[in-house]
Order: sequence, then C-alpha cells, then structure tokens
Amino acid sequence: MLDFPEGMPAGKTADASQASHDRPNRPSLSRRSLLGLLLGAGGATIGALLSVPLFRFVLHPVFKAALPLSWTEAGDVKDFASVTSPVKRLVKIEQRDGWRKLVSEKAIYVCKDATGKLSAFSSICPHLGCSVSWHDEENNFVCPCHNGQFTADGKLMGGPPPRGLDLLECKVEDGKLIVHYQYFRQLVPNKEVIA
Amino acid sequence: MADHTYDFERERRVTPQPSEHGTLQGWIDRRTSLSDRRKRVDSLLRAVLDEPIPGGASLAYVFGSGLLFLFLSQVITGMFLVLYYIPSADHAHTTVAYITKEVTSGSFIRGIHAYGSSAIVIVLLLHVTQTFLFGSYKGRRKLLWIAGCVLFALMLGMSFTGYLLPWDQKAYFATTVGTNILTYIPFVGGTLKSLLRGGTEMGQLTLSRFFVLHVLLIPAFILFFVVAHVFLFRRAGAAGPIQGEPEALKKSTEPFYPKQVLFDALFALLIIACLGLLAHYAPVELGPKANPADTQYVPRPEWYYIPVFQWLKYWESGLAVIGILVIPAFVGLLFVALPFLDRRPERRPWKRPVAVSIYAFIFIGLGALGAISHRNDLRDLNIAPQLAKQRAAVDVFMKKPFQPELAGPSLIAATVALTNPVASEGKKVYDREGCAECHGNDLAGSLAAPTLIGVGDKYDNVKLESILIKPTDAMADGGMLPVDLKDEELKLLIAFLEAVK
Repeated sequence: MLDFPEGMPAGKTADASQASHDRPNRPSLSRRSLLGLLLGAGGATIGALLSVPLFRFVLHPVFKAALPLSWTEAGDVKDFASVTSPVKRLVKIEQRDGWRKLVSEKAIYVCKDATGKLSAFSSICPHLGCSVSWHDEENNFVCPCHNGQFTADGKLMGGPPPRGLDLLECKVEDGKLIVHYQYFRQLVPNKEVIA
Repeated sequence: MADHTYDFERERRVTPQPSEHGTLQGWIDRRTSLSDRRKRVDSLLRAVLDEPIPGGASLAYVFGSGLLFLFLSQVITGMFLVLYYIPSADHAHTTVAYITKEVTSGSFIRGIHAYGSSAIVIVLLLHVTQTFLFGSYKGRRKLLWIAGCVLFALMLGMSFTGYLLPWDQKAYFATTVGTNILTYIPFVGGTLKSLLRGGTEMGQLTLSRFFVLHVLLIPAFILFFVVAHVFLFRRAGAAGPIQGEPEALKKSTEPFYPKQVLFDALFALLIIACLGLLAHYAPVELGPKANPADTQYVPRPEWYYIPVFQWLKYWESGLAVIGILVIPAFVGLLFVALPFLDRRPERRPWKRPVAVSIYAFIFIGLGALGAISHRNDLRDLNIAPQLAKQRAAVDVFMKKPFQPELAGPSLIAATVALTNPVASEGKKVYDREGCAECHGNDLAGSLAAPTLIGVGDKYDNVKLESILIKPTDAMADGGMLPVDLKDEELKLLIAFLEAVK
C-alpha cells in the first residue's frame, strides 16, 4: 500500500531521482540507441505516409486540369442573313476560379465570306490584348491601343500585331451559330490556345 | 582610416574557435555556438526521456500523450483546411462543399479533423477517468488537476465553435439553440448571447466570432494550458500505480524512454489508424446550406452534447435556472474542486467509495440521458420522420456533384439589363457606342479603363451626365472621350449606369 502525506508526490519516492541516476532497469546504451533508431525510422515512415494526403490537398489546384471552355450560342443564323460586314456579338462564357464560377460576356465578330459561310473572330488583339473594333467607313478592324489593322476576314493589314485576328471554331446547330470561345497567347506569330 | 574599416582579425579573435573547420557544422557553430546549445538540448532531452516512472511503464498512462497527439493532428489538419475555407456566411458552405467533394484528399483531411474532435472527447474522458480512479489528482497535483479542468472546458469550446463553421443546416440550428441557452443566465444572459453572436440574431458576425474563437483565441489558451499542464506534471512527477510497497516500486522504476515512449507511440498509431479508417470508409458529411427560414428543422448537437441536451428538456421555465445553471455549475465546481474536497492520501478507488460513486453516478447519468434522448428520437412520431427526412436531405446533398458559386460581379450588367427595361435600353446604347472596348462588355474594366460596376453608387445621375458630356481632366488623360448622344439616349445610358451597383 502506498500512502503519502500532503506535499509528497504519489509514487515519486524521496530517492526516485537517485534511482534515475543508478538506473537499475535501464537497458544498455546500444539497445537504447537501436530502439531509438527504430522508433525514429518508424515515426518518419508513418509521418511521411500521413503527409501524402496533405501534399495532395495542397497540390490540388496545380494538377487539376483546367476545364475546357464550353461552346456558346452567338445568335440565330437567320439574323446574319443580310450581314455584309463583320458584326459584333456577345457570347457568355463560364470559367472556374476554385470554388467560384465566373460568367462573363466576351465580344466576338461574326463575318460572312463570299460563299455565305459564317465565321467568328475573337475581338482580342493578338498584340497586347486590347479589344479591336470594326470601322465600317474604312472597312477594316482597328485596335484602339496601338493602331493594329485587320481586314474584314481578320488578316493582318498593318501595325504591330504579330498575326491576324484569331478565328474561333464555330458550327451551326438547329439554326443557331455556336461558337467555341478560347483565349490565345499574345505576341506570338502563330495561334496558340492558352485556356 | 582604420576607424572606418571592419576589423576581421578582431572578429576572429573574439569568436570562439570551434574544432571543426571548414565543415557546414563548423560554419553554423561559429555563428550560433550551436554545439554549446546542443549540449543543453541534449541534457534537456535526457531529462525528458529519463523521467522516472515508479512501478514501470504502463498502458494506463498513454491517454495524456494521446491527447497531445490528437491536438497536434487537429492543428495540422486545421491549418490545411483554412487553405480553402472562407469564414463568410455567403461562402463558408460552398468552400466546405468544395473541400469535401472536389479537392483531392479534401474529404479525408476534413474527416480526420471532424472525427478527431470526437476522438479528443473520448480520450479526454479516458484520461480524466484514469486520473480519477488512480487518485492522481491528490497531493501536490491540485494545480495540475485545475489546469486539466481548464483544458477540458477549452476543448468543449473548440468543438462547439467548430461545429458552426461548415454553415450547414445542423451547424446553424444547433448553434442557434446552443447560444440561446446563455439567455438562462439571469441579468447578463441576453447581453452575453449578443456578445457571442455579434448581434441578437445568428449571422455573418456570429460566424466571424466563432471562427476567431476556433482558430485563434481558444487554441492560444489551449497551448498555454497544455504547456502549464505538462510542466506541472513533470514538476510533480509520475504518480505511479495505486498500490505496492514503496521498496518494490522503487525497484521497478523505469525511465520514460523507451518502454513508455513505445506505448505512447503505439497508442498514437492506433488513434491515427482509427481516424484514417473512419475518414476513408465513413466520409464525413455535409448537409444542405443553412436556411434560417426553415421552420421544420429539428436540430441535434454533436453526440457528446446529447446528454446535456436531453437534460434541458426536463426543466420547465420556472425552475429552468436551477436545472440549467445551478446544477451544472455545482457539478462543474465539484469536479474542479475535487482535490480540495478529497484530501485523504488514499488512492485506491475501492477505498474511496463516496468519490467513486459520485463520479460513476454522474457519468452513468450522462450515458442514460444520452440513451433516453436516442430512444425518444427513434419513437417520437413527430421527430423520427423529420430526422429521417433530414438524413435523406444530407444524403441527397452529398450525392450531388459540387456546384460552384456564381462570382459577384459576373453578369451584374446583364442581370441589371434583364430586370430593368430602361436599363436594358441603356445597355444597348452602351454596346453600340463602343464603351465596352475600354470598360469591358461586363463593365468589369480593362487595362485601358476602370470598372463601371458600382458607378451608380458613386455618382448621382446629374453628376454622371456632366462627366459623360465633359469628362474630368483625369478621365480625359486616361483616354475617355466626351459622349455625344441624343438627349433621350443619354438618359437611357445614365439609367443603365445608375442601375449597375
């Protein structure tokens, strides 16, 4: 039976500290260090295993494939029947930003060639990304920033841009013009998709 | 001249020269005298590891270090969760859904954190019970016991504040009820409730307060009291077994390392294995977003608060203050004051029938209350179907793929145009006049010009008209051209801009 008075710790006998110096039960040093090594190695292995989900958690945005932008409607085909010069249309595009969804309107130009086939251009200038506008009187596209000029079918006429306007994929479905809006890299001679 | 030059030679003479030259260790040593410090660290480590345990290592002593391990696990998983979580009434639920349904390992890490809070309560009860049965609060352990009681209360505070953060139905309604309990306190109850909620009703400020309590304030206090608790424990020394001849105990005294360290490590491994299996095979759930207008919802607190919840049912309004405040306060005080009330040196539980009976009565009582609550919920003809409905709603929500939230400024312009016919005409003027080339199709602005979202808040229509017709110098310098429109078209454009707030 172990009784102890107030102020005297349970179990810790007066010479317990001395016992720790004598260490009658203390294993030999080599056994201690081998155990320490095993404990350390085991701890490190388990720690490394446990940190795998943490790493995957942090790296999620890095390895998540960017969602492709979806096809969007640019208007009824019959609205473009009488079109003779490029017309501006706004298309809604959806982008993901982590847990958010951004919906924004982007401007495109819809053109009709001699055979009556419809095509669509991004209005973003391939030079530094300003929005180009169509000028009926001059019959060309002009970028307001650095005066890049493009023909009605998007070819480069003059100014600093490295290439013509970027053609967007489009198709006609159920009498509607459907456009695949994409972003392209600026300042390179060939069209390159970035998102 | 010499006054202004740095005397490298003197520096070398002053710095103690360590033995290893040219090695990284030597380089660090010269700047930190680390080898001296290492000796101190070594002796500290030795003091920690060689702590004598009278009677030898035992599995009964693993709960304290298990709690420390769990606290560490909560801190780590908590820090990672904040990487995606946002404490906003608008976004909290979306971000938790994003973590749970979309982020890689998100459900797992949230599971470890959520189940970890339950694990803390379980291990805490085991720790307290072991301490109680072994009579280890006696003698010079009074302060140690009190620090432990404070930690107990802080941990319950952590689980209460953390429960609200996902902002789903059960979080919202359980916290509504939980905070309402404060109003039972005479005189200051209402004020206390408003203080905790940040207003009379639950809302954004409640969430902000709970978040700050959960991630900053309470953890800081826990850290302080954990340090105090461990320090006081080392000061008092391990209590050892409840019986045995002092001579025999002395003989069987073992140092903390290696056997007890091994036991503690195995217990930590058991805890993390259980949490990992639970988080993986029983993924933690999230219910539908809090809907304060829901009048049907039956809130239930986390399992360890159920007994208290059941207890509250028995107290009619007149006597409520006794049942809800006086009795729990008395039990709490009894608990904290235990080492002052039970002063005999006797540690063996079978020789302390009164203390053990009271302890057992309280815990059996709590268990019984929990069981009664569970049985009532299963049998009550009003409650049972509603609880089943709520569980079904959680299942439905969990099965739905993650739904991202529509960002603020998206389509404000288009929405305004849709809901306001005059503004809709104004949007046509905006599009036709080429304003979008600089201010953006969605009015979000571009490199060339600022956003126009909110311009209606900034200027009234008179001011808008004047700056559109004659832009200010700053605007003109930025490239803004005067707007030349017919009067009624200008009015439409201004109506559109005014509407975009």
